[in-house]
Amino acid sequence: MARRRGERVTRWLVGGPPGAFLLLFFLLPSLIMIVASFRYPGEFGGLAPLFPAGPGEEGGLTTENYRVFFSDWIYFQIFLKSFGVAAFTTLVCLLMAYPIALLIARSPHQRRDLMVLLVVLPFASNFLVRVYAWMIILGPFDLLFTRSAVILGLVYVHLPFMVLPLYTNLEKHDPVLLDAAQDLGATGWSRFWRVTFPLSLPGIFSGSALVFIPVLGVFAIPEILGGIHDWLVGNMIKEAFLGVRDWPFGSMLSLMLTVCVLAVAGAAAWLAARGLQRA
Amino acid sequence: MTAILEIRNVTRRFGDFAAVNDVSLSVASGEFFTLLGPSGCGKTTLLRMIAGFDDPDAGEILLGGKDLTGTAPERRPIHTVFQSYALFPHMTVAQNVAFPLKMAKRPAEEIDRRVREALELVHLAEKRTSFPHELSGGQKQRVALARGLINRPRLLLLDEPLGALDAKLREEMQIELIAMQRELGITFVFVTHSQPEALALSHRIAVMNAGRIEQMDEPSKIYGFPRNRFVADFIGHCNMLEARVADATPQGLRLEVPGLGAVAAPPADGARAGASGVLAIRPEQVRIAAPDAALDLQNRFGGKVRDFLYVGDVTTYVVDLESGARVEALLANSAPGRAKFFEVGDAVQVAWRHDAGAFLHG
Ligand SMILES: Nc1ncnc2c1ncn2[C@@H]1O[C@H](COP(=O)(O)OP(=O)(O)O)[C@@H](O)[C@H]1O
Ligand SMILES: [Mg+2]
Repeated sequence: MARRRGERVTRWLVGGPPGAFLLLFFLLPSLIMIVASFRYPGEFGGLAPLFPAGPGEEGGLTTENYRVFFSDWIYFQIFLKSFGVAAFTTLVCLLMAYPIALLIARSPHQRRDLMVLLVVLPFASNFLVRVYAWMIILGPFDLLFTRSAVILGLVYVHLPFMVLPLYTNLEKHDPVLLDAAQDLGATGWSRFWRVTFPLSLPGIFSGSALVFIPVLGVFAIPEILGGIHDWLVGNMIKEAFLGVRDWPFGSMLSLMLTVCVLAVAGAAAWLAARGLQRA
Repeated sequence: MTAILEIRNVTRRFGDFAAVNDVSLSVASGEFFTLLGPSGCGKTTLLRMIAGFDDPDAGEILLGGKDLTGTAPERRPIHTVFQSYALFPHMTVAQNVAFPLKMAKRPAEEIDRRVREALELVHLAEKRTSFPHELSGGQKQRVALARGLINRPRLLLLDEPLGALDAKLREEMQIELIAMQRELGITFVFVTHSQPEALALSHRIAVMNAGRIEQMDEPSKIYGFPRNRFVADFIGHCNMLEARVADATPQGLRLEVPGLGAVAAPPADGARAGASGVLAIRPEQVRIAAPDAALDLQNRFGGKVRDFLYVGDVTTYVVDLESGARVEALLANSAPGRAKFFEVGDAVQVAWRHDAGAFLHG
């Protein structure tokens, strides 16, 4: 009995501080944002008071932001484009990261750490500096301010987020499984598709989430490498907050983005679970 | 009997070290053949070369008379049961067992039927939709076996397949293994470092040591007539007495054992007067009796019980002889009403027949 209570105390002591942190800095801001999306913008940015001081003054709650969002195609189009760009970036990252991760995972032990270090090395220099470097690289090729430049930049920045979870997964595969498959008649191609690939699905899922979700919120890369026509949701949100200073509208956009991401993630999880059941 | 597998002078070196050193052997069709040897003696290396995962540096491996050099593992009609089972964790039991047939591109209904038959053979019909992590060690072992056998390979290689099982389950699996091998008539090459297992299962055993084959024969011959010191020591228990040949006749040897005096032994190949070696004699060949008992045996020595090991059916007595040598003797506990015959410190005599044991050179 005493041991049980001791365990419970330990659990609270260990879990408490991070729990409180999340509550305070994740849940609370989210709630503030939800409320903000139903309010009026302040005159010079910020929010208009929830309880107007006198008649004629703006304030209180409104669904105006949502009405605008759902009545104009442009938002739907930008959302769709953003999801398309994010999905494509994720796919390109996956196709490029898989061979890299496989190469590292199949290298001798003593060389793996060095190779992983090389993959994360770009993080050592500033993100903006690296994106500007791409301007210099792409300039002479007439690629700057195009959709391709944006995708290139997005893939470049997010590639390590795909490589690392994939490597972590592939490295854990027991090599004797491949021997067994080969012994039982599987050619190289079948060994990959029937053993390595299905076993790496968890790595693919986490890598995809780590690329897809941040790409949806990105604004610096499209702004620097893309043209004005290549705005993504992230640019709209940033513009709402920092450009036109309409906080409620920006909050609404961000909230809609979160809802869409959750919907996509939910659908993916559901599909994965169904796939596993059938397999 | 026709040889299905032939290994001719195969050597495999890692650097300067020869893990398999000039090994030759042949396995007959339908045989249960065992490679027995201590850990590190090269059993797995030899098996991997047969399966095709590794190539000999010298020598050749033939299957059904055809040289296997250059044939990839997936093209050899040889399947392996790995010690760790190597079941595919993302596939059900049925999918695991179906794998070799799928790779052989058999039609779906045939796969279905044969998987059902194979699972019935290993008593796992009701587990067909389970995943490997839901199975016990013995069940995993059965799945691995069914998977290795289902496509009827010409040769099934088993690398210490029972090593991870506890003693009781091991014995059960041994019995099933023998039955299955006999029923299917598939040639088994079985690897183990456990000599009782090898003796119990095999038609023939190759005893390996440090990359070489020390002796290759039927279990009873290996046990009864070990060819050298290593085999005698590795297989079962054995008393080893340093000895020198005093006189050799076709009827037998007269050995000079330091501290013990003259000992009579059966004739041995090439044993000439003056040769030195050991007299190997198994504990069950050594009689133990009270000092006053009349034993009509040529080799008879007095001593004292130093220790004994009671294991139920038999007791092994460790006897210190008056001369200082130490001999182990086995006594069956089958006399009615008796569980123990001697106590530590009892004076006894030990004796063995003049034609028991064997003189081994070196
Ligand atoms: N790939 C390898 N490189 C270097 N040495 C090896 C390799 N494989 C096996 N060996 C060595 O060869 C010897 C025999 O190994 P192995 O065939 O696995 O023995 P066993 O299966 O009888 O226990 C061991 O000493 C082992 O260290
Ligand atoms: Mg081994």
